[in-house]
Amino acid sequence: MIANEEYRQFLESVRFVYGYDFTEYAEASVIRRIRSFMEANQIPSLKDLGKMVMKDETAFEHFIQEITVNVTEMFRDPLFYKSLRKNVISRLATYPFIKVWIAGCSTGEEVYSMAILFREEGLLERTVIYATDINQDALQKAKEGISAITNMKNYTENYLKAGGKNSFSDYYKAKYNSVLWDKSLRQNIVFSVHNLAMDKSFNEFQLILCRNVLIYFNQSLQSKVISLFYESLCPFGFLGLGNKESLLFAEKQKCFEEIDRKEKIFMKTK
Amino acid sequence: MQLRNAYDAIVIGASAGGLYAMIEILRDLPAGFPLPIIVVQHRSKDERALLEEVLQQKSKIRIKQADEKELIEPGTVYFAPPDYHLLIEGDGSFSLSFDAPVNFSRPSIDVLFETAAEVYKEGLLGIILTGANKDGARGIQKISQAGGTTIAQLPETADYPAMPRAAINTGYVQHILTPVEIGEFLLIVEKRK
Repeated sequence: MIANEEYRQFLESVRFVYGYDFTEYAEASVIRRIRSFMEANQIPSLKDLGKMVMKDETAFEHFIQEITVNVTEMFRDPLFYKSLRKNVISRLATYPFIKVWIAGCSTGEEVYSMAILFREEGLLERTVIYATDINQDALQKAKEGISAITNMKNYTENYLKAGGKNSFSDYYKAKYNSVLWDKSLRQNIVFSVHNLAMDKSFNEFQLILCRNVLIYFNQSLQSKVISLFYESLCPFGFLGLGNKESLLFAEKQKCFEEIDRKEKIFMKTK
Repeated sequence: MQLRNAYDAIVIGASAGGLYAMIEILRDLPAGFPLPIIVVQHRSKDERALLEEVLQQKSKIRIKQADEKELIEPGTVYFAPPDYHLLIEGDGSFSLSFDAPVNFSRPSIDVLFETAAEVYKEGLLGIILTGANKDGARGIQKISQAGGTTIAQLPETADYPAMPRAAINTGYVQHILTPVEIGEFLLIVEKRK
């Protein structure tokens, strides 16, 4: 058991010493992740974990990479991508130059999915995709663009359901048990570290995707992050969230219009 | 061992064959049921809300899919959404996660049961039903260790007995009942004072 008081003190010291703020994350998930880190590394108590990471920066780095990594898939929720093609792409095509922010990109599967979609819609050449995450190890994997070959069956199905126009195998090269995404997809992608809980806006975008990240935040942090997206979108820019996420807790809720209610695609209107 | 009948919440885990057992258990529950019932039923990730619709047609109690940050209310049966883990927060609300599958499952019964055990402690009743894997066994142990009450479906009555059997084998299942008996028992449970 992790007592609440002890947990909050731990997060406070992490914030004070290292500047990472998890105090507004949904507690149940963070506690689960901390606990599985403790189990895997045979750390008996939160107090011991605290002692270990406070005096050893390398240990802290290891800890932070382990507890902030999110899981992702190529073309997850295929109908979301289908809706992007139908409802968003034609409006994006009116811009001479398009900037997309994928916030919380983790190991990059969604980034490559978007690059494929933009290529098939003829927009990739004039698009820059900014892919950010809090987790450096995940970003490194995203840059390398490697995936396990065992995922390809699921990804190919998703790609087809998402309205893919070619053969999915056109986009990767298989080698042993891995696949490498087509290097030309990566030309217009910029990977960088960004912490949604603490960092500011860094550009203006026509489209922002942040899917299955807000579920890990409490209502107050969700609202702050939506405001950050609001400030980072151009007028009539688009925001895509995860299937179970909403603007319900966002102060800026009224500044967005629903483009696709089911697929959680919104447009900044005010 | 006497089965207590006062709780704060009920959690149920079901996998293969669960639909029929769930119908048996929920069918007679009244709309004014005094507790929340929170369920992980393993389901296809492509199925969006069919399970809730089918069960609602056969029950009087309100049935819905749990929403992110939703406050947990009595008189409602909540199902974990397809392809997300369902967790209970200390303030009595739900949160969802897309963390890796646990026991090859997302949603995972263990994830729900373990977080529910921490929040509800001795006020929790945990029920494990039919299934072909061992998800929920660890969760049953956590519920029992936190002072809660645990029930497994009698394996002989389960379409797939592996899951209740795995839970029973932990030594932390306190009562073994048929789905009909579980349904009858739920009719007499009360809110804990």
